[in-house]
Amino acid sequence: MSAFGASIYALIDGALPSASRVSPSFDALFLALLLTCGTVVIGLAVVILIFLVRYRAGSPAPRPPLRIPPWKLETTWITATTLVFLVFFGWGAAIYARMAEVPDGAMMIEIVGRQWMWDARHGDGRREFAELHVPVNQPIRLRLTSEDVIHSFAVPAFRLKNDAVPGKRVDTWFEATKPGRYPIYCDQYCGTKHSEMNGFVVVETAERFAAWQARAGTGSDAATRGRALSVRYGCAGCHSGDTVVRAPRLEGIAGRPVPIENGQIVMADDAYLRDSILLPNQHVAAGYAAVMPSYACVVPEGDLLDLVAYIKSLAQEQPARPAP
Amino acid sequence: MNADDIPGSVDTRVLNYLNRDYSLRSWLSTRDHKRIALLYLATITFFFAIAAVAAALMRIELLTPQGDLVVSDIYNRLFTLHGVLMVWFFLIPSIPAVLGNFVLPLMLGARDVAFPRLNLASWYIFVAGALLALYAIVAGGVDTGWTFYTPYSSTYSNGNVMAMAGGVFIAGFSSIATGLNFIVTIHQLRAPGLTWFRLPLFVWSLYATSLILVLATPVLAITLLLIMLERFLGVGVFDPKLGGDPLLFQHLFWFYSHPAVYIMILPGMGVVSELIACFARKRIFGYRVVAIASLAIAILGFLVWGHHMFVSSQSVYAGVVFSLLSFLVSVPSAIKVFNWTATLHRGSIRFDAPFLYALGFLALFTIGGLTGLFLATLAVDVHLHDTYFVIAHFHYIMVGGMVMAYMGGLHYWWPKITGRIYHDWAARVAAVTIFCGFNLTFFPQFILGYLGMPRRFHIYPPEFQALNVISTIGAGILGIGYLLPLIYLGWSLFRGAKAGANPWGATGLEWTTPSPPPEHNFDVTPVVTTEAYNYPEGTE
Repeated sequence: MSAFGASIYALIDGALPSASRVSPSFDALFLALLLTCGTVVIGLAVVILIFLVRYRAGSPAPRPPLRIPPWKLETTWITATTLVFLVFFGWGAAIYARMAEVPDGAMMIEIVGRQWMWDARHGDGRREFAELHVPVNQPIRLRLTSEDVIHSFAVPAFRLKNDAVPGKRVDTWFEATKPGRYPIYCDQYCGTKHSEMNGFVVVETAERFAAWQARAGTGSDAATRGRALSVRYGCAGCHSGDTVVRAPRLEGIAGRPVPIENGQIVMADDAYLRDSILLPNQHVAAGYAAVMPSYACVVPEGDLLDLVAYIKSLAQEQPARPAP
Repeated sequence: MNADDIPGSVDTRVLNYLNRDYSLRSWLSTRDHKRIALLYLATITFFFAIAAVAAALMRIELLTPQGDLVVSDIYNRLFTLHGVLMVWFFLIPSIPAVLGNFVLPLMLGARDVAFPRLNLASWYIFVAGALLALYAIVAGGVDTGWTFYTPYSSTYSNGNVMAMAGGVFIAGFSSIATGLNFIVTIHQLRAPGLTWFRLPLFVWSLYATSLILVLATPVLAITLLLIMLERFLGVGVFDPKLGGDPLLFQHLFWFYSHPAVYIMILPGMGVVSELIACFARKRIFGYRVVAIASLAIAILGFLVWGHHMFVSSQSVYAGVVFSLLSFLVSVPSAIKVFNWTATLHRGSIRFDAPFLYALGFLALFTIGGLTGLFLATLAVDVHLHDTYFVIAHFHYIMVGGMVMAYMGGLHYWWPKITGRIYHDWAARVAAVTIFCGFNLTFFPQFILGYLGMPRRFHIYPPEFQALNVISTIGAGILGIGYLLPLIYLGWSLFRGAKAGANPWGATGLEWTTPSPPPEHNFDVTPVVTTEAYNYPEGTE
């Protein structure tokens, strides 16, 4: 019997591995639900079958009026049902809250969904398509966004799923606990090739991951791409060179407080840099006119990430002349 | 089950609502709720057939992991067509507009619904919406899924979204009018002595359903209108590139569509209460609790829409609140199942075909409801969301629950509607076939979903093939199960024995008038002196 159980387990585990930090707690909750609901279904089925046979028309079974007052039965099963439901509600909510809380020290990877591919950008500027290399036992913060429609980044082996919503950047996380290749699906219908918007998470040991980084470390990084883009989108025209008449220089801004027009001070974090490209007139740097056009609808999400990376790469540099 | 000793049974050669006038004109201009019910029956059977063919094509496609029968664009159009037609042009009108229209005035002892002309207008509006939806399909189809999620539907889709959304928009007014008609009818046209707590439970469930139809459908209309505005005029509502918010759509859509899920199950619960009471020869256990549970479901059902958005980047706190409310809305449903089971206790059970459908409902609805708990549990939903688990869950509710109840109700009232008896064993075989085929089709989909297979997948990884093949075989059996009633019910129209006023020996005013009923239902307005399901207690 136990051998049978073990082989069933192996079958399920082969089809759906349990490979992340949260997956064991998910599995325990799922199993508890399955056992509870299974017991209810089988119990009801047995009771109903007994009634059907015993109280079939014409059977000799006695049918005296019920002795227990019906309201007692009603109250019992209303209360019991509600209590059981509340247990599962609380249990599920507790794990959900943990799923939403990104642990400190998580490695950040930006994921851009696009019809019909997953575009992953590592912190060091490496890009991957339809594959995502991560080290084992390292919490990974995924920052999800989309360039077109809503997608959903799903890795069943990690019990992980989150929508990638255009116009929003949403964080989720996972920590893989077993090296291997695990399928990524797009779970939110996104058009013609929705069912082909797949990929794999490749979980590797720290050494192999480092080897992969060394191997894959070709091509330009995000900041370099961002520099080229800053010329293409015409940013460089005002934000670089010697002119500070129209626009502030980009060097030394990221991560520092920026005085803005109405006298407030704003921290130049990622969100500020991003908003300053999409909604430049929201927080105009003090001393400048609101002349920059909005780049919303012009710069796709992926390019935006590169531009922000470029500005951040200039954080330690000094502007040629101090900003006024 | 001898019709002769039931009072009110008269010679069926007298004029009734069917043989009064055979002209097409008399049908298309009828204000008789019974004829309008049959107009709906014909219309929704037609749409059920089209949507079922789409499902069959999808199941055949899914026999293999590759996309070999149709290309992706066609597959996407097939599941959209299946969803839109099944939801708006079959399930929502199924029990309310067919069985409800036919039976409600009879159950109340009324001569018709409160607004007979509005009732006919509802059908014409429904047909107009349906024709526009058909046009959208014939002119190239729609590939958004029945949920029309933005910004895909408003900006990116290359299908006839405008026409399809327009069709659903128009059909919505038919729902509103029917809901309004039923509410006023139940308030105003009850026979003398028919107090609220003497009403059959089917009437209670229709009342609860009508409340949802009237209150929720306008929100759908607004939402679809906004999609059309964005798509046609470029007004930014949902697309972030135009300054909109894609999640706003989901909030609006599910504010209608979650209550709409209860439109698609509450009437089924009502029918099942009738069937169980009749074939167990007992008053429904906890009658008042079951009646009030319907209203509780209708009201709480408005507060749970966010459980469709647990992974949409909705806030964690919103998720927690919606999860709690979703568990609470399941309590009244669970209570109903317990009460139906308790009704069988010390009953005197007969296994006629309608009762077999009711038993099927009980089993499948219970599984559908319990798997709903998995999806209401926040952490578990994260894994199961948008997978085949969800598909299996809502098919257990909507097909296993609502369609089983609809078939049960149709078999139960068929002798009343047509005056004829169908072949009993054929009907039992069909009920069992549908039950088996259904489980074989949809149970494997729970496992597929658990293993991670996403919904709306045209091409899928090869490890999911075995379960998909089983599911497709089940769909074949299910299809045969659905074809059987067409044959024996059709046959009964010509060869079936005369039914008499009350072939089941049931209580209820609809059984006191001849089958088929005369045009105005009752020659003399009945007076009600007893509660519903007044079967002699504790005897055979």
